[in-house]
Amino acid sequence: MPKVDYKNLPVNYQTSVQKAEMGLWEKIYYPEVIRGLWITTGHFMRNMTVHTLHLFGLAKDKRGAVTYQYPEERRPIHRRYRGRHRLTKKDDGSERCTACMLCETICPTNCIYIVPEEHPDPTVEKHPARYEIDILRCCFCGYCVEACPCDAIRMDTSVVEIANWDRTKMVFKKEYLMADIEGPGAPPKDDPPEWWLK
Amino acid sequence: MATKEKEFIGAAEIKEEEIPVEEMFLNMGPSHPSMHGIVRIMVRITGERIVWSDVEIGYLHRGFEKSCENNSWNSAQIYTDRLNYVSPIINNVGYCMTVEKLMGIEVPERGEYVRTLVSEVSRIADHITALGAAAMEVGAFTAFLYAMKAREWLYDLIEAACGARITTNFARVGGLCADLPEGWIADCKTMMPQVEGVIVEMDKLLTRNRIFVDRMKGVGAVPPDKAVEFGFTGPLLRASGVPYDVRRAFPYSVYDRMEFTVPLGTNGDCFDRFLVRMEEMRQSVRIVYQCMEQLPEGPVNSDDKRAYRPAKSNVYGNIEGLMNQFKLVMHNHGINPPPGETYCSVEGGNGEVGFYIVSDGKDKPYKCRCRPPCLPLVQAIPYMLRDHFIADVVPVFGSLNMIGGELDR
Ligand code: SF4
Ligand code: SF4
Repeated sequence: MPKVDYKNLPVNYQTSVQKAEMGLWEKIYYPEVIRGLWITTGHFMRNMTVHTLHLFGLAKDKRGAVTYQYPEERRPIHRRYRGRHRLTKKDDGSERCTACMLCETICPTNCIYIVPEEHPDPTVEKHPARYEIDILRCCFCGYCVEACPCDAIRMDTSVVEIANWDRTKMVFKKEYLMADIEGPGAPPKDDPPEWWLK
Repeated sequence: MATKEKEFIGAAEIKEEEIPVEEMFLNMGPSHPSMHGIVRIMVRITGERIVWSDVEIGYLHRGFEKSCENNSWNSAQIYTDRLNYVSPIINNVGYCMTVEKLMGIEVPERGEYVRTLVSEVSRIADHITALGAAAMEVGAFTAFLYAMKAREWLYDLIEAACGARITTNFARVGGLCADLPEGWIADCKTMMPQVEGVIVEMDKLLTRNRIFVDRMKGVGAVPPDKAVEFGFTGPLLRASGVPYDVRRAFPYSVYDRMEFTVPLGTNGDCFDRFLVRMEEMRQSVRIVYQCMEQLPEGPVNSDDKRAYRPAKSNVYGNIEGLMNQFKLVMHNHGINPPPGETYCSVEGGNGEVGFYIVSDGKDKPYKCRCRPPCLPLVQAIPYMLRDHFIADVVPVFGSLNMIGGELDR
């Protein structure tokens, strides 16, 4: 092991963390306990006041705690949140997907399974006869959405309750992915946002 | 008895005692309340004193390197999320920088600024979690809860930017998944003073707290030459007094334009590590402010057609964009870096996160090796625990901030 002069390595921006010795005041310990309690009591009082005001329907914009009282209160979810997938639909209600297989190709966990089929309408080339996502294998990376060339799959649903008693039911079929979502977790109605098209 | 024990690593001198104490073998872990992550620490104790210790790792091995070899260059990035899962964005950025270095792609200035900005936000989240957890393990539960509160705010910012709290998948080869959303900078500006407030509070609660200091001071000290021998990087190396920070030594992104200092400790004990992490958070807040101030306008993604996907308006709207999209996704067509190998490292939450990749010109990595900053730290546990008491295992282990995902890969 060569001898290195550690103090003079070529990095000259440095500060030392100061490590002051404990004074008598801190060594007695009790004044410091009181000072610590002062901080925690301050938090307690503030949070309790906010919670009490909430009871009377006041100061709703201030939060008493960072935790949410799920399921009564749902956490607001950001627009970019990658939730459960959904297949978008054309105006006539049929799937927009053209079974181009890009999402199946890019998926790092191989959890998408597509069986393409000729579309009954001769002006449309293909559509998926089967479109399945094994949500248990999915890692919610969002690459399928990024790969899709015709905005047929999106992850903007903000559905967070993805649970079941049966593994076979966690393979989501095309019909399920196309179904409208009502209530909490419903996707925004608008077209793809501007940042997405950039 | 004393001579027998000396064969082991970190054997301690045992004085002949009046009362004969029986030696005992004790397992801490694999699943123990004070072990954040799954790791097994084995100790032999006589009374309270540790005479021998060893660590068993590998419980969270997932085959990172092999998984990367089976995925395209961009898709391999999702596995880097799972390395240090408290600050995944730094890993994302590190991986993508390595591939960009191999391909010779330049990311636009704004892209680099955003990468730096979000990396620093996640570094604060990483350090604040590490300190909170370390404090909780030695009994300061309040500080932990305050730290978690701050981490929640920071994760909220991260979620707004990239769509997930932990599995961020933020960077792409040649840019980012998207520019920062509208209003993100304003949110960050309101959030940062609050985070600073939490840092101040933690400082007040812990730094001059006698119980905390007594547990941490002088425990697990590693002198600088030993730290270098073990291969330490990051806060632990700096706590030992060695001024090595990848952001300063090999400035990447826009760190050469940032003003910040590298905090250094003196003797590398647990308390120094605590102070170094504390100071680093303040410096990170400083960098965040500077980034927000200097953030230029413009694109965030490279317009290199070999690597970065075309704009969605082109994909939906014209045939060139559509072709380009297909070319980038199809097997054997996507990103094909030239054959060669490269190494690139970034300063992660625990130290130098390095990626060594080898390309054979195909659309998948031939080899992708990650240098985990945790492994050298964990291999030094027997050294740090020599001649210590059983109660010191917890502060020493807490100050390492071991992350299972990164350690076992
Ligand atoms: S989110 Fe990722 S893992 Fe899940 S289906 Fe899409 S590409 Fe596959
Ligand atoms: S990428 Fe889009 S259009 Fe192609 S198969 Fe997948 S969902 Fe359908």
